[in-house]
Amino acid sequence: MTLNSLMPVLPELVVVIGAMLLLMLGVFRGEGSTPIVEVGALVVIAIAAVLIFMQPSAPAELFGGSIVIDAFARFFKILILIGAAAALVMSMPFWRNHKLNRFEFSVVVLLSVAGMMVMVSARDLIALYLGIELMSLALYVIAAIDRENVRSTEAGLKYFVLGALSSGMLLYGASLVYGFTGTVSFAGIAAAAKSPSTGLVFGIVFLFAGLAFKVSAVPFHMWTPDVYEGAPTPVTAFFAAAPKVAAIALFVRVAVSAFPNIALSWQQIIVFISIASMVLGAFAAIGQKNIKRLLAYSSIGHVGFALVGLAPGTAEGVSGVLIYMTIYLAMTLGTFAVVIAMRRDGGQIEEIDQLAGLSRTQPVMAFVLAALLFSLAGIPPLAGFFAKFYVFLAAIQGKFYALAVIGVLASVVGAYYYLRIVKIMYIDEPAQRFLPMPRAVAFVLALSGAFTILFFVYPGPLVAAADAAAKSLF
Amino acid sequence: MTMYHFIVFLPLAGALIAGLFGRVLGARPSEIVTTVFLMIAAGLSWVAFFDVGFYGKDLRVPLFTWISAGDLKVEWALRVDTLTAVMLIVVNSVSALVHLYSIGYMHEDPHRPRFFAYLSLFTFAMLALVTADNLVQLFFGWEGVGLASYLLIGFWYQKPEANAAAIKAFVVNRVGDFGFALGIFAVFAMIGSVGFETIFAEAKSLTGKTIHIFGGNFDALTVICLLLFVGAMGKSAQFLLHTWLPDAMEGPTPVSALIHAATMVTAGVFMVARLSPLFELAPSALTVVTFFGATTAFFAATVGLVQNDIKRVIAYSTCSQLGYMFVAMGVGAYSVGMFHLFTHAAFKALLFLGAGSVIHAMHHEQDMRNMGGLWKKIPFTYAMMFIGTIALTGFPFTAGYFSKDAIIEAAFAGHNSMAAYAFYMTVIAAALTSFYSWRLVFMTFHGETRADHHTYDHAHESPLVMLIPLAILATGALVLGFAFKGVFIYEEGVEKFFRHSLFSHDNWHILHAMHEIPGWVPWLPTVMMAGGFLVSYWFYMVNPRLPVALAKQQDVLYRFLLNKWYFDEIYDFLFVRPAKAVGRFLWKKGDGWLIDGFGPNGVSARVLDVTRGVVRLQTGYLYHYAFVMLIGVAALITWFLFKGAA
Repeated sequence: MTLNSLMPVLPELVVVIGAMLLLMLGVFRGEGSTPIVEVGALVVIAIAAVLIFMQPSAPAELFGGSIVIDAFARFFKILILIGAAAALVMSMPFWRNHKLNRFEFSVVVLLSVAGMMVMVSARDLIALYLGIELMSLALYVIAAIDRENVRSTEAGLKYFVLGALSSGMLLYGASLVYGFTGTVSFAGIAAAAKSPSTGLVFGIVFLFAGLAFKVSAVPFHMWTPDVYEGAPTPVTAFFAAAPKVAAIALFVRVAVSAFPNIALSWQQIIVFISIASMVLGAFAAIGQKNIKRLLAYSSIGHVGFALVGLAPGTAEGVSGVLIYMTIYLAMTLGTFAVVIAMRRDGGQIEEIDQLAGLSRTQPVMAFVLAALLFSLAGIPPLAGFFAKFYVFLAAIQGKFYALAVIGVLASVVGAYYYLRIVKIMYIDEPAQRFLPMPRAVAFVLALSGAFTILFFVYPGPLVAAADAAAKSLF
Repeated sequence: MTMYHFIVFLPLAGALIAGLFGRVLGARPSEIVTTVFLMIAAGLSWVAFFDVGFYGKDLRVPLFTWISAGDLKVEWALRVDTLTAVMLIVVNSVSALVHLYSIGYMHEDPHRPRFFAYLSLFTFAMLALVTADNLVQLFFGWEGVGLASYLLIGFWYQKPEANAAAIKAFVVNRVGDFGFALGIFAVFAMIGSVGFETIFAEAKSLTGKTIHIFGGNFDALTVICLLLFVGAMGKSAQFLLHTWLPDAMEGPTPVSALIHAATMVTAGVFMVARLSPLFELAPSALTVVTFFGATTAFFAATVGLVQNDIKRVIAYSTCSQLGYMFVAMGVGAYSVGMFHLFTHAAFKALLFLGAGSVIHAMHHEQDMRNMGGLWKKIPFTYAMMFIGTIALTGFPFTAGYFSKDAIIEAAFAGHNSMAAYAFYMTVIAAALTSFYSWRLVFMTFHGETRADHHTYDHAHESPLVMLIPLAILATGALVLGFAFKGVFIYEEGVEKFFRHSLFSHDNWHILHAMHEIPGWVPWLPTVMMAGGFLVSYWFYMVNPRLPVALAKQQDVLYRFLLNKWYFDEIYDFLFVRPAKAVGRFLWKKGDGWLIDGFGPNGVSARVLDVTRGVVRLQTGYLYHYAFVMLIGVAALITWFLFKGAA
């Protein structure tokens, strides 16, 4: 193996080495170095992104086929880097305001990003597990990053314990699959698994249970509201964005490239957790008073919608998933930008009621949030409508009519709680003003709002990129 | 632009100006614009009347194509023949006088522009009705006058009774209009056209044809005519559909004079006259018309005997006189019916406006039991009311004498199976008419006053603007009958005057036959009139305690009459309450319980239930969460175990 052969994983190497360097910097310079570490982390992410863009479009395999750098992986790596960068940008003013100077945050985010990049490139079960654990361990830590805060530590602990359980399931499933196919590489499994034996299907169930936990699909979602609520808001924003996108990518790759010949089996699992997620996300969110909990259920619902695209197991469906996750990422980051900006002298505000009359106190913020909420509800011509459109279209083409109908009905129920927030902002009597929005947060909100509102003007590039990425799997 | 454009559209222009710009213009300009426009229209109508009636200048003024859909082609055209011309002078003259009168009568009302706009709008709709060239255009005017009537009855919308009366008028007319609409559909279905010319030309070919309804075959012409007559019954307040007319007196009195005496309520009579070529081919339908006319004439007169509200007495009188007109139509004496319509418009409008003058003098007191002795206070009004009364009761050589007696003679000469019945009913009704009319005069103007001192002392004659219309109408009530009897009653005159606007053919002989009746018949109505007068004089002038004693003695009969044969109660029981019960059922159970309960409210309530349940699952305990995950895995495993791995 020459150094040259490592070129395809240069972005990953940059992220990992950058993380180490920044860690050293932080350790030796103390907490005062936090701003430098933060900027450094953003620079590392930017370099990694540029490198990914410069990679040749032909797929490259490394480490005996464990890792593949194809269009699909690159598409998701860009999304992951965007999600991480946005979370980092929004976290900076947040930490300042809360007198939390933890340079570790940026370093750990970089490490988790490295894990996610491995995940989306994984072509065998070993790489898959390595990526997941690298990401997850980092996430457990940052969930509890505000370690003097009980809720934050509780969130970290819950996430860790349940994550350990899910990892156990995933490993057990992986061992069953290995046992019944005799190989860990996805290509090998696909070749070996021509018909669904009971043992193999058990393996898939456990494997998918572990993956479903990472994407927080029902019934493996229970950690989500508690962790989202307990973790500091920038951490929640990060959780809702990059790791979810990475986990969905992994889910798609495993399902499509490891088990293409026994699709009928795993499709049943996907349909079940997809319906359960859409329905539970829609219903449970209605009862929420805390906006972070509400967004937790919202993200559960969105994962359900994204999985609708996976259910048919077609290139169109996968392309729909890619578009969905891109748009979801943009909408989620923008919404969390608003949540981070909900701040008064007393501190961070999380009650939905406190948004009352925002249209009169902070009209621009209210307008962008309203647009984002309409988009999350899937109302045309906003981006969220197209996200749902592509996955439902794929489901209909794959003859998953019941799934599509239930999905549409769930989105109707879901529209209620999004519109309720709009109603509170535009109709209710104004509550007290929030403090002015930090510039970094406003920047993220502006980008997200612009993307969401203007997506319909020029959807071509994204759709083309998603199609190309999806084709690389088939 | 012909004269007829102005006759028909000047009132519309007035209505639009007063209605849309009344607030800007103010009350007085609105009054002047509408009144002057109407006066011009009325003047032109008289020119038209002589042009058409005596010089034979019938014409048809096409305006535009209104509807063109498939086989249905409806032109908007003004059909001007003698029948129309008669209606034009009735409508425009009375309307102009009522406009003028209203300037005085309504002078304290803050919403005068609206009132005058409605009056002019009504006039336009009525003109559209009488100039109609086809059934659909007729129906437009028909509904237009219904709308204006509704608006004007409910003009004082602050009064709950006025609103109720307006709604009642509208709803009862809906029943009639439903029949009318079905009649139009039936005509179109059988003939394929709604234009009058085509209908009359094709009508003959329909004889003997049947129409299939309710699982049976019925004579097409009879069905069509009866359906159309249902419409006429509603609009002209005939027996069974009469209940709205007395209640309509809640509207301002000029409205009662214009709409509920002279014009709109005669639309049904006009319609039968207009469609006389059709009705003539359906003798059974004409028999039904005769029956309802005679019954109404008698029924309304009996109720009029005991009413105490001055306007209600006149309202029942109107109802009764409309019955007379339908009797004339029923026995085929169309011109005679039109004659009574023509004279009745004058003396009934006179009586209503006179009553309005009394009410005005008495500060909106309408109960005759609180009047009496007013002739000294308002002598001019008294004189006018006196003229109206003798005209109505048929005092020799007044208008009513010629027209009403002609109807009674026609009923005697008629030979459908209801003609004899109609003859007796109309003769009895003549006596009753005389009684209640004189009762009204005696109770209002004679004897010791029963009004309180303050009201009586302040009773005053109405302003000149109200008295001039009275004088003009009184002149009409005296001379119209004598002046026009030649062209309405006598065969040769009628044929020259009406020509083809009314049904006529060679062996049409009712007008001839009614002059060849036994000598005692023409005297009978006059005798009845005198008898009614004498009894009334005895009851209310000589021995005023007698009616009270009689009412006590004949308590059941008295109550029966006072409560208008209990029609309102019966309808309330038969229709209103069941309808309300059905409505309440559909509202509470159908909509509230079923649709809302299982629809929006139910679904949202279930959503909340589900939400509550799901939220309760989120306990916060780690082991619950882990348990749920394991349940999920176990469920999936079980599913595959039972279903088989494939």
